[in-house]
Amino acid sequence: MTDTPATDALRLEVAEQIVSALNLDVTAQEIEPDAPLYGDGLGLDSIDILEVALVLSKRYGFTLRSDNEDNVRIFASLASLADYVATHRSQ
Amino acid sequence: MPPIPLLSHPLPDSLVAWRDGQPVSRNAFMAHARALAAQMPEGRRHYLAHCADRYRFAVTLAAGLTSGRTGLLPSTFNATVASQLKAFAEDAFVVTDDPRLATDLPLLMFPDESPAPADDEPIPAIPADHPVAWVFTSGSTGDPVPHRKTWGKLVANVRAERGELGLAADTPFAVLGTVPPQHMYGFETTVLMPLLCGGQLVAERPFFPTEITERLAALPAPRLLVTTPFHLRNLLESGQAVPAADRVVSATAPLDVGLARRAEAAFGCPLLEIYGSTETSQLATRRTLDGPQWRLFPNVCLSQRDDACWASGGHVEAPMPLADVIAIDGPRAFRLCGRNSDLVNVAGKRSSVGYLSAQLLAVEGVRDGAFFMPDTAPADDIGRPAALAVAPGMSARQVLAGLRERIDPVFLPRPLILLDQLPRNATGKLPREVCDRLLSEHREAAP
Repeated sequence: MTDTPATDALRLEVAEQIVSALNLDVTAQEIEPDAPLYGDGLGLDSIDILEVALVLSKRYGFTLRSDNEDNVRIFASLASLADYVATHRSQ
Repeated sequence: MPPIPLLSHPLPDSLVAWRDGQPVSRNAFMAHARALAAQMPEGRRHYLAHCADRYRFAVTLAAGLTSGRTGLLPSTFNATVASQLKAFAEDAFVVTDDPRLATDLPLLMFPDESPAPADDEPIPAIPADHPVAWVFTSGSTGDPVPHRKTWGKLVANVRAERGELGLAADTPFAVLGTVPPQHMYGFETTVLMPLLCGGQLVAERPFFPTEITERLAALPAPRLLVTTPFHLRNLLESGQAVPAADRVVSATAPLDVGLARRAEAAFGCPLLEIYGSTETSQLATRRTLDGPQWRLFPNVCLSQRDDACWASGGHVEAPMPLADVIAIDGPRAFRLCGRNSDLVNVAGKRSSVGYLSAQLLAVEGVRDGAFFMPDTAPADDIGRPAALAVAPGMSARQVLAGLRERIDPVFLPRPLILLDQLPRNATGKLPREVCDRLLSEHREAAP
């Protein structure tokens, strides 16, 4: 499957869902597309990742798995996560 | 008490584990443990098994036990913890399967290559008083508190657990866990119970809902899913089709009845909760749908004194006050009636307000600070703490970066509120209502 880059609109939509799922202190617009979601960037941890994955997989109709290294890449940044959604969404 | 064998599996080809869908026999497991024990550094008696893979963790445990060593089980592992462990046991070394792990402690990479097993690898018997591991809780002052776990007591505990979960003694069972092997609950239920009750552990720790359902479906019956309320809710809300199980086991935080009912319907089996703590190991079980009463493990006693409920006897190593308010209903029956306010429980990981505050104060540049648990959390909140800090010239992000080096990231405050001074009262305390007011002002001011 070739990667479909996410549009700015989808990126913002994904950011909005992250903010609302996790009750974050920032606005969707403030999440920098290339800043890390884990650790020092937005500061998400594995608990957040499960919550975000639940919301996004229901909204866009895809499933995630972590047995490959992709997980780290998918959740590296808002941009990479939105690209994953754009490529794998079924709805 | 006579020595107790490391494994209870009756035959050399009895199954001990599942790894990547493949069975591992008792013989293969013991050969792997023997080979790893031979590589452990001579003269170093304390090891830390830093292996995410539960099979490797179990092989490391077996290698440590057969060579008379003692494990170290901190609740999390980072640079601060490494230096604390070194101060606790200067001969400590780390067995890891993570090639990127950076630490000052001597490292032994877990060898995936294992020798061909002999026809009948011997099963060593371990003295009942052998210290299997030191587990650490986060105390209230900032220094971790060690608790010793001896072989005989651990064995008694997990054998009793098998009975309390209603598992037959003569039928092998497979155990899939979404919890890590290093914490007491996962250590007992997903590692020791299968090893000591003839069952099979599963190397993988599935994370996303699809992975949990696929791994579970691939196991032979009877099979158990060992999980937490957080993982269970996430799985059931995903809408995934769920395979039948023989038991679902939950611990680390109270489970609500609605979720328990959905889980029993989805998995077609009883859901049992375990109550325990790092200090005491597991103490009681209940089937959530049967009501609020817990049933104590055999031989354990509860007694009220000095404003606390104490557990003692049976497999409990030393009498220990519990962090919960408890109503004793009978010799083996009790109810939980709330917890002492210092406890922090984020999706099942535990710490204390006192410990976290001490870590915040230890961050360079922080002049004053305190964690607190918000009062206003919604019912399904996973229990994140908040914090106040005075740190002139620092941004919240800089303070958080300092904290990140000292505590498990799940306990990072949300939010961290920076102030010119903390609103302490005349006795130096932070009144709850002031903390909650500051938090709601902060949230209203947020975009």
